[in-house]
Amino acid sequence: MQARALFCERDERVLFSGLDLDVHAGELVQIKGSNGSGKTTLLRILCGLNDDYEGDIHWKGEDLHEQRENFFASMIYIGHRVGVNRILTPRENLRWSASLHAPVDDMRIVAALGRLGLRAYEDIPCRNLSAGQTQRVALSRLLISAASLWILDEPFTTLDVQGVKNLESLLSEHVNAGGAIVLTTHHALNVTCPSRALDLDTRRAAA
Amino acid sequence: MNNTVSSHAGTDISTWQAFCATLKRDLVIALKRKNDLLNPIMFFLIVVSLFPLGISPDPVELSKVSAGVVWVSALLASMLSLDNLYRADYEDGSLEQLLLSPQPLYFLVLAKNIAHWLISGLPVVVLSPLLAYMLYLPSEAYWTLVLTLLIGTPVLSLFGSIGVALTVGLGSRGLILAVIVLPLSTPVLIIGAKAVTDVMFGLPIGNHFALLGAILAMALTMAPLASAAALRISVN
Repeated sequence: MQARALFCERDERVLFSGLDLDVHAGELVQIKGSNGSGKTTLLRILCGLNDDYEGDIHWKGEDLHEQRENFFASMIYIGHRVGVNRILTPRENLRWSASLHAPVDDMRIVAALGRLGLRAYEDIPCRNLSAGQTQRVALSRLLISAASLWILDEPFTTLDVQGVKNLESLLSEHVNAGGAIVLTTHHALNVTCPSRALDLDTRRAAA
Repeated sequence: MNNTVSSHAGTDISTWQAFCATLKRDLVIALKRKNDLLNPIMFFLIVVSLFPLGISPDPVELSKVSAGVVWVSALLASMLSLDNLYRADYEDGSLEQLLLSPQPLYFLVLAKNIAHWLISGLPVVVLSPLLAYMLYLPSEAYWTLVLTLLIGTPVLSLFGSIGVALTVGLGSRGLILAVIVLPLSTPVLIIGAKAVTDVMFGLPIGNHFALLGAILAMALTMAPLASAAALRISVN
């Protein structure tokens, strides 16, 4: 994935201009920056939710707008609002999320939830789960999807120490298997895979 | 060649599966939240049963307004429940996931609209003969009332969906939703109520049904596209 000369303005404030970002397979890119520096906006632009920007984004060499479906099929985004319905159970939530891409069988859903430490919580309504557990339900989506590009907005918030370790090993596995990840976090990443950082604050200071 | 054909069939199947999964999900949510299920029906019952108290219990006077009363109440009941369509999904982020699906958004939005109609529209259609009886609607008009509602209420859900999709991102919506949705849905109200009144006077009603059917066909093909576009703007 390549982004060229991205420019975005919010409320008459320039968030970033002339931003170039390349994300290759087998690589993790961490976006850093202070609160309000445009991390979330950048991720939403990259995943196609926000088209209030100037510049070009290419996916596998072609313009993103011309192959939305291909791109959506190989990308997964988990934002601040994690996309977990509070009334449904984790199992029902995952079944629906998966079916938006490609339906998966129940065994994989149970396995994914188990991997994230939610065994025995499969059929409890999500409103009875804690914030961290809800976050884990959302992260389980990563395991049942075949997406090669993961775009994660603050995936570590609300996770406990064990959860953080767990997620870090998940991220490493994905990248080492040839996937790509773009994520924002304030947390010092401890991953065993190629990674680099893009700091929006220092970019702005340099400009 | 064979490959492209089979991969095409594959996407068709997964689109169908995504459609069914979305429909099922919305129905399960509604069944688990009893309020969603009961509110439109209770609202419909209360509004309709207040009219005899407010106007007069006189059968002659009531039968004159009965068709209009049932239709107006059906429209209001549908509007009352519109907010459930995208609000919760917007707040918990499910809407973003919906928009990022590789499946055509048209079918996913259509599935949500059908779910909304099954929850808020169909019960109203089923209950309408009972309420028509309460309002002394002449018995020869019962079938016309049920049929016009059966064709008309899906249109209310489909057009209403555009309004909610446009306003779901706004903090305080107030009357904006009604202002957007009412001009789209009043033609249905006028034609539907007119058909029922006409049949009471023994007039032909074929053209009313033709118009309602045409509006439904238009709503089915165009409204989900408009809703999908509006959702993309709202989530932006």
